Amino acid sequence: MNAPQPLAPPPGTDAAPETVLGAERLSFAYARSGPVFADVSLGIRRREIVCLLGGSGCGKSTLLRVLAGLETAAAGTVRFLGQPLTRPHPRSALVFQQASLLPWLNVFDNAGFGLGFKHQPAIDAAARKARVREALAAVGLAGREHAWPAELSGGQAQRVALARALAREPELLFADEPFSALDAITRAEMQALLVDVVHRWQAAVLLVTHDIDEAILVADRILLMAGKPGHIHRAWTLSIPHPREDHPEAVTALRLQILSALRAGNAATAPHAIPS
Amino acid sequence: MPATLILPLLGLALAAALWAAATLLLANETPILANFAPAEAFRALSRLAVDPVMWDHVGVSLQRVAIGLAAALAIGVPAGILTGVSRVFAQTTTPLFQFLRMISPLSWMPIAVMVLGVGDAPVYFLLAFAAVWPILLNTAAGVAQLDRNWLMLARSLSATRAETLFRVVLPGIVAHILSGVRLAIGIIWIILVPAEMLGVSAGLGYFILDARDRLAYPELMAAILVIGALGFLLDYGARWLYQHWLHKG
Ligand SMILES: Nc1ncnc2c1ncn2[C@@H]1O[C@H](COP(=O)(O)OP(=O)(O)OP(=O)(O)O)[C@@H](O)[C@H]1O
Ligand SMILES: [Mg+2]
Repeated sequence: MNAPQPLAPPPGTDAAPETVLGAERLSFAYARSGPVFADVSLGIRRREIVCLLGGSGCGKSTLLRVLAGLETAAAGTVRFLGQPLTRPHPRSALVFQQASLLPWLNVFDNAGFGLGFKHQPAIDAAARKARVREALAAVGLAGREHAWPAELSGGQAQRVALARALAREPELLFADEPFSALDAITRAEMQALLVDVVHRWQAAVLLVTHDIDEAILVADRILLMAGKPGHIHRAWTLSIPHPREDHPEAVTALRLQILSALRAGNAATAPHAIPS
Repeated sequence: MPATLILPLLGLALAAALWAAATLLLANETPILANFAPAEAFRALSRLAVDPVMWDHVGVSLQRVAIGLAAALAIGVPAGILTGVSRVFAQTTTPLFQFLRMISPLSWMPIAVMVLGVGDAPVYFLLAFAAVWPILLNTAAGVAQLDRNWLMLARSLSATRAETLFRVVLPGIVAHILSGVRLAIGIIWIILVPAEMLGVSAGLGYFILDARDRLAYPELMAAILVIGALGFLLDYGARWLYQHWLHKG
C-alpha cells in the first residue's frame, strides 16, 4: 500500500504502543499557494528525537502543524497513540521559534499556562504547582518564578517556553526552529538542555530545523524534506553516542552526506535543473 | 520640592498672573469682569470646597462619567473585538463608524431628549456615544496586533472560545483598551459639561449655568477651575492605570 519510501513506518506500527505519532500519505495544500507537501508518511517512536530538516519554504512548519493537529490534511491520516487525531492532543506540546510568553503573566504562570483548560487532563492545583516547579527547575529557572517575561533574556524566555511544554508532561514535543532566534552559545546550551530534559521526561520530539549541525547533535533520526510539493527525500538513523561533539569523524561524515543529499534534493526541484 | 515640579508650577503661576492682569485691565471698561479675577475665584473655591452642595454636583458628574464610560466599554470592547476578528463585520461597519464618529455627539441631543425623555438618560447616551469610538477602534487595533503565536498556543491547548477570549485575547489587548479609555475619558469630560447644561438639575455643567443665573460669577470661575482640576486628575488616573499595566508586562 505504501510507495517504496524509506521512511514509511512498517505496516501496523501505527497501532503498536511504541509509536507515538504515525502519519500516512499526508497531503496538504493552502488555498492560495497550492500544494505544500504530498504523500508524506512517517512515524515517531516513544522517546525518539526526530529532526525534520529542509530548505526554507519546503513545508516543514506546515507539516509540523498538520502533525500537531493545528491544520487538517487534505488527504492521509495522523494517529496519536493509535487514535486518529482530530485536534491537538493533550499529550502533545508546542515550542515555537519565538518564546511567545504572555507578558501579563509571570514566569510561573506562563509555565503553567493552559494546564487548567477544559480539554486538558484534570489535575488538582497542588499537582499543577508541583509540575510547574519541576519543569522550571529542569530548565534552570528555579527561583525566577516571579520574574516578568520582560525581565528575561531571549534564552531565558525560551527556557520558560520549554518549561511550559514540559509542564504538560507531553508524550510528544513539537518544536519549530525553537533555537534559531538565539545566539550561537545560548543555542548550544539549549540544544544540550533539550536532549537532557526530553530524556528525563521520556518525551519524543519532532524538531524542525534548517541547521544541519543542530540536527546532527540532537537527533536519533533525521528526515530530509525537499521537493515541490515537499516529501521526505531521505532519512538517516543516528547511532553516534552522546555527546556527539566527542565523535567528530562520524559527525563530519554524516554532515557531508546530508549536505550532498540536500544539494541533490534542491537540484531535483530547482526550476533550471539540468537532467544529468 | 522635586525639580521636575518647578517648571510646571511656574507655568501655572504664569497663567494665573495673565488671568489676573487680563481681568484687571478689562475691569476698567467693564467693571463686572472684576468678579472673574483669580482672587475672587479662589475665595469662592475655598467656600465651595466645604459646601456639601458642591460636592453633590461633583459626585453627580463623576457618576455620569463612570456610567457613560461603563456603557462605552460594554459596547465598544465587544464591537472592537468583533471588528478585529471578523473581516466581514469590519468591512460592513468601518465606513459607518467613521461617519458616526465625526458627528458631534451633542448634535444628537434634541433627538436623545425626544426619545429618552428629559433627565439623566440622554446625558448617559451622549457620553457613551462620544466615548465608544476611541474604545472600539483601539480594541480592534489591539486584536489585529495580537501575537499570532499566542492564538496558536491557545489552539494547541484545545482552548475553548471562552478560554481563548478571557485568557489570551482580552489580557492581550488591555493596554490598547486602556489607551482607548484614556481618550474616552478626555472626550467624556469635554462633552459632560455642555450635556449637563440641558435638562438636568445637578452636575458641574448645571452648576455653571446656575451660577450665571445667580450672578455668582466668582463661583462660576471656581467651577471652571474644579472642572479643569478633575479632568486633569481623571486623565492622570487613566494614564497611571495604563503605565501600571505596561510596567507589569
Ligand atoms: N498561511 C499560509 N497561507 C498560504 N501559504 C502559506 C501559508 N503558510 C505557508 N505557506 C506557504 O507554504 C509553503 C511552506 O511554508 P512553511 O512555512 O511550511 O515552510 P518552512 O519549510 O517551514 O519554511 P521556513 O524554513 O522558512 O520556516 C511556503 O511556500 C509558504 O509560502
Ligand atoms: Mg518554518
